[in-house]
Amino acid sequence: MNIDLVKDKFGAGITDITTAHGEITMTATREILIPLLRFLKEEEEFACDFLTDLCGVDYLPAAPRFRVVYHLYSLKHKHRLRVKAAIEEKDPVVDSCISLWAGADWLERECFDLFGIIFKGHPNLQRILLPRDFAGHPLRKDFPLAGFKEQ
Amino acid sequence: MSERTMTINLGPHHPSTHGVLRVVLELDGETVVDAHPDIGFLHRGIEKLAEHRSYHQFIVLSDRLDYLAAMSNNLAYVTTVEKLMDMEIPRRARYIRVALAELQRIASHLFWLGTHAHDLGAMTPLFYTLREREAIMDIFESLTGSRLTPTFMRIGGLAADIDGDFIKAVKAFTDTFTDRVDEYETLLTANPIWRSRTKGVGVLDADACINLGVTGPMLRSAGCPWDIRKAHPYSAYEEFHFEIPTGRAGDVYDRYLVRIGEMRESAKIIRQAVDGLPAGPWLAMDSRTVFPEKKELNANIAALIQHFGLVMEGFKIPPGEVYNSIESPRGELGFYIISDGGPRPLRLRVRPPSFVNLQGLVRMIRGKLLSDAVAVIGAIDIVLAEVDR
Repeated sequence: MNIDLVKDKFGAGITDITTAHGEITMTATREILIPLLRFLKEEEEFACDFLTDLCGVDYLPAAPRFRVVYHLYSLKHKHRLRVKAAIEEKDPVVDSCISLWAGADWLERECFDLFGIIFKGHPNLQRILLPRDFAGHPLRKDFPLAGFKEQ
Repeated sequence: MSERTMTINLGPHHPSTHGVLRVVLELDGETVVDAHPDIGFLHRGIEKLAEHRSYHQFIVLSDRLDYLAAMSNNLAYVTTVEKLMDMEIPRRARYIRVALAELQRIASHLFWLGTHAHDLGAMTPLFYTLREREAIMDIFESLTGSRLTPTFMRIGGLAADIDGDFIKAVKAFTDTFTDRVDEYETLLTANPIWRSRTKGVGVLDADACINLGVTGPMLRSAGCPWDIRKAHPYSAYEEFHFEIPTGRAGDVYDRYLVRIGEMRESAKIIRQAVDGLPAGPWLAMDSRTVFPEKKELNANIAALIQHFGLVMEGFKIPPGEVYNSIESPRGELGFYIISDGGPRPLRLRVRPPSFVNLQGLVRMIRGKLLSDAVAVIGAIDIVLAEVDR
């Protein structure tokens, strides 16, 4: 896998590329996220036809606070890629990738439900696991775990 | 909604939904015009709980994800933590893990086959399949003390070694199991009612599966021979000989054939594992995670301190993140763990195959009959505890 192709194409949009435990992680700015995912899906060199997983991470108190993490897989090359986008707390919005993978539908809804990250362009961005009238987003670090006080 | 359509609830207490799944169906006569799955009734916040538990404690929670395949969940979780810690696992432990995971796959597929056939009106297979599943549950119970929630795997190996009784019971099971699968097939494979209820129903082709992220028997029934055990062998799967059954049509019938084939292959793997079982330790001698022997605690202060630390605080993992997945009976079961250097994960994400596969439901039943919806839900083989987590 020739990662330089990504660097050449997106330049400053890719803020970091690391390899650890045999896994490649790219961190991208929010602006180029969808073009980057499209490139990874359609470019022969990567051919990531599978969106294995999409999830949020809360790094409170760090800034930017959130990450949206995409795990991609290529059936053809049998490799995995991890793409991350950093999201600010005061503007937790990222573009939806539902046009690339239909499977992103529920995964984005779940991420919205549990982290409050808004996926722009999602046709039905509603809570999926929790009741519609639930207040708050439980996987955020400042959401308390009932009956249990962390020291 | 036009005047001619009717909205009904399928579930959350309908037996054919295999748990608490509610599907709001819009019907025109008996034809499904649209469907809206409603999930989350079993949401327990396992990913949130994980952030407040030590790495050892989460093994217990992993049992409660997919309760029909707890051994697979154990395996997926512990291999992820081991990858994050760069641990070497003894070969004997890896072999036993393979045998347990494959026994679990058979147990899960048997339960699926019995209940799914029952949904479609075939009462008899349930009695046969539960008979064999009971044998596996007995093996698990004698080994781990528990039928559904064994919590048997440990970070670094297993909770205990297996004994001669286990090997004898497993051999007795695999000796007869292939004949038993033949029995199920005589009941269903050529049965005209079974075929008419399942052939051409709930078709999802390979491209649609890939676009939706669908994995496991559903993907393989559409002709794509992708199985993590072959594509990225974990534990010791690279040392075993087995085939990947695939279908062609991607319908309910082919999913049935794929799972039947998988049960036969699993029996072969189990047999190879117990016949070729290597001698040696069943737990890595890694002082970071492994508890000292109980008899050491009364004699050795260092062992007592280590034991106390592991119980009270847990162990710490250097900062880092990994994703690791295995082939569970339902598809790709993955864990994504981020450590910030502390004794608890900063984030633990489960990639649940049932959740992702269930997304295909709407496009499989739209425009089909209400009775097909029951067949399709059954053939996805969901476990709602894993969908909702």
